[in-house]
Amino acid sequence: MTKQIFTKPTHHLDPSHKVAYTNARLFDAESGLDAKGELLTIGSTIADFGPAIFKDGIPQGAKVIDCKGHLLTPGLLDIQVHFREPGQEYKETIETGSKSAASGGVTTVACMPNTKPVIDDVSVVTFIHRRARETGYVNVRTYGAISKGMKGEALTEMGLLKEAGVVGFTDDGLPVMNALLMRRALAYARELGVPVAQHAEDLNLSAHGCMNEGAVSARLGLPGIPNASEAVIVERDIILAELTGGQYHVLHISTAEAVDAVRRAKKKGLKVTAEAAPHHFCLTDEAVAEYRTFCKMNPPLRAEKDRLAIIEGLKDGTIDAIATDHAPHDEESKRVPMTHAAFGIVGLETMLPLSLSLYHNKIMPLRDVIAAMTYKPADIIHVPGGRLKKGAPADLTLIDLDRNWTLEPESFVSKSQNSPFDHWKTKGRAILTVVGGEVVYELS
Amino acid sequence: MPLPYLTEVEAGLYYLTESITSGNMGDKLKNKINTAYPHRHLLGIEGISRENINHILDLAESYIEKNRQIDKKHVILKGRTLINLFFENSTRTRMSFELAGKRLGADVINMSVATSSVKKGETLIDTAMTLNAMHPDFIVARHPESGAVHLLSRKVNCAVINAGDGSHEHPTQALLDALTIRRKKGRIEGLTVAICGDILHSRVARSNILLLNAMGAKVRIIAPPTLMPAQAEKLGAKVFYDMREGIKDCDIIMMLRLQLERMETNFIPSVREYFHFWGLDEEKLALAKPDALIMHPGPINRGVEIDTKLADDLNRSVILDQVEMGVAVRQAVLEILSHTLQE
Repeated sequence: MTKQIFTKPTHHLDPSHKVAYTNARLFDAESGLDAKGELLTIGSTIADFGPAIFKDGIPQGAKVIDCKGHLLTPGLLDIQVHFREPGQEYKETIETGSKSAASGGVTTVACMPNTKPVIDDVSVVTFIHRRARETGYVNVRTYGAISKGMKGEALTEMGLLKEAGVVGFTDDGLPVMNALLMRRALAYARELGVPVAQHAEDLNLSAHGCMNEGAVSARLGLPGIPNASEAVIVERDIILAELTGGQYHVLHISTAEAVDAVRRAKKKGLKVTAEAAPHHFCLTDEAVAEYRTFCKMNPPLRAEKDRLAIIEGLKDGTIDAIATDHAPHDEESKRVPMTHAAFGIVGLETMLPLSLSLYHNKIMPLRDVIAAMTYKPADIIHVPGGRLKKGAPADLTLIDLDRNWTLEPESFVSKSQNSPFDHWKTKGRAILTVVGGEVVYELS
Repeated sequence: MPLPYLTEVEAGLYYLTESITSGNMGDKLKNKINTAYPHRHLLGIEGISRENINHILDLAESYIEKNRQIDKKHVILKGRTLINLFFENSTRTRMSFELAGKRLGADVINMSVATSSVKKGETLIDTAMTLNAMHPDFIVARHPESGAVHLLSRKVNCAVINAGDGSHEHPTQALLDALTIRRKKGRIEGLTVAICGDILHSRVARSNILLLNAMGAKVRIIAPPTLMPAQAEKLGAKVFYDMREGIKDCDIIMMLRLQLERMETNFIPSVREYFHFWGLDEEKLALAKPDALIMHPGPINRGVEIDTKLADDLNRSVILDQVEMGVAVRQAVLEILSHTLQE
């Protein structure tokens, strides 16, 4: 029987505390490092690593962790999660959400601002950082809202929010429909050096929609969300990114059309990035039938051609990162007719195995899969981490690549179990998660 | 390119409603599956075979004559309770089920829930559980949301009949249409049937497309581009936007009610324009076969989707026959489903 052991980080680690990781397969996607070796952390940073750094003996007082040949990678990032705190703590909290992250091998998350109240004020950012320090298991960062109350009207105090520590700006599920507001946000954020991230959806085109518009929605008699609703906003925003020179990031990209638009923007050299969620490269709208509300998310599961386009985008680098859009919901929010059900699924505990399916199915090399969960997302939101480097944060994930396990939402540590991947047989699992030099999660 | 996990996609998906239901609702049912209709419920035409459909229609035939006599009463459902649970307004369907139940000897209770007060699905499930505790034998349910009757059916241990769920299905309407066609034309196979109107929102169209295909008819659908579902041809019908083309040489023309309540969202510019292009009038009807029949599920918007004179033309319009067949078909469905009930 496996058992998950969680330990909260102290945040007061002795700066001379040493941990020696022996017998590891060191894996760094950025440098291409993939070799047997050893790694030493001192305090909260990576001090050294290499094939035989302990050949003269393990430093005195160091705690030794035998990696047993497993993959030691930089800690994974998930740059789109919803932790529901403050406001909907019955669905998730910073504590349970970050525990879920640790369990999935994720050491840094970026929270979306659709909390109650919205993260549109310095005081809310401060609150989240404090709660993360007091209750969190991993590095909890947050986006700030573009507009006050995410109403799409007036800009938030973006500069002050940046000073308070937000990693970027987004109005989350209420995309900025006003092109002028979007232009100003991109221009302003450019000087702050952070991205403006968009949940790309034209709200008029998608009005009342609850699943992908296509043959399945036609059969089920459900109002659809057309691909065009995503593509028109991505195309518009790319034009605005070019106009302003701002950094534009497409959240959870889901359509072939939008992938194509991002590919063209990158070719032009614009500062445009994109992320994709595992459910968009693992499932199609066929999964919705018959009215499975656990397959309802926004953007919706799309057609097979879109799924393949997402995979193609990940392969050629058009899509930079994998992020889950971890969206916990209680059962009551889902135990209703499809049209009334809440959008979203939990993702932190399934990101790694679902993403590794791309590697195990020989669709992508391991390096590219790990890149999409480490240094690439780190670069989008400009946080340290995501790489094995001397002096980098000692955020590490130990992965048993070949461990077979069946996903069981009822055993998730997240407060919510709304996952469509129940009973999926997967391969590859995080067995140790290290945040700032401290082991926060271990699978025994 | 290999498609990762395609089999798992099909095999391993979490079926929310199944897993939340505590206990096995089905175990109280007597597992007496009738091979002529091997289902506990009638939730849609999807999944119902041609043999099943013929079985229902044949049985319905036997009720037509009886319904025309002075003594219409049977005792087949004596002691059984039927609850009409309507979350949406209805006259003919609810009355038709009520008559069908009463004529078979069941106790019939009508429960109408104002749509305005039932916006949340929790209420739907709570209502279902509450009614279930009263041990009904049948629940006939109509709901404004697609899939809602499926959801309800998983919370109760009686037979559930879908009397219309959102834009999804309305199976007894398709069955009564089929019975009407079969009696008027002597067959369904090989006929060309044009369904015209608001296909996008029509549960009648979806059930009819499925049923007519199962029975071997050729189905056409005609609608303004804004009222045609995405990839409509995959529903199993030939798609037309020009009514004159679509209606040409048809045996049956099924007109759908234009749902005027949806018109604020710019689906069509005006009722006047709609009638001009997609309303059935003498001139367009002349393009169909000379003996083509006009059908309509009702209620009719006279002068909106159908010329008032055509609707009343007893030589062409079978609209009132459809209503009569409705009671017989629902009697047949109740009788067939009663075989799977606990004794």
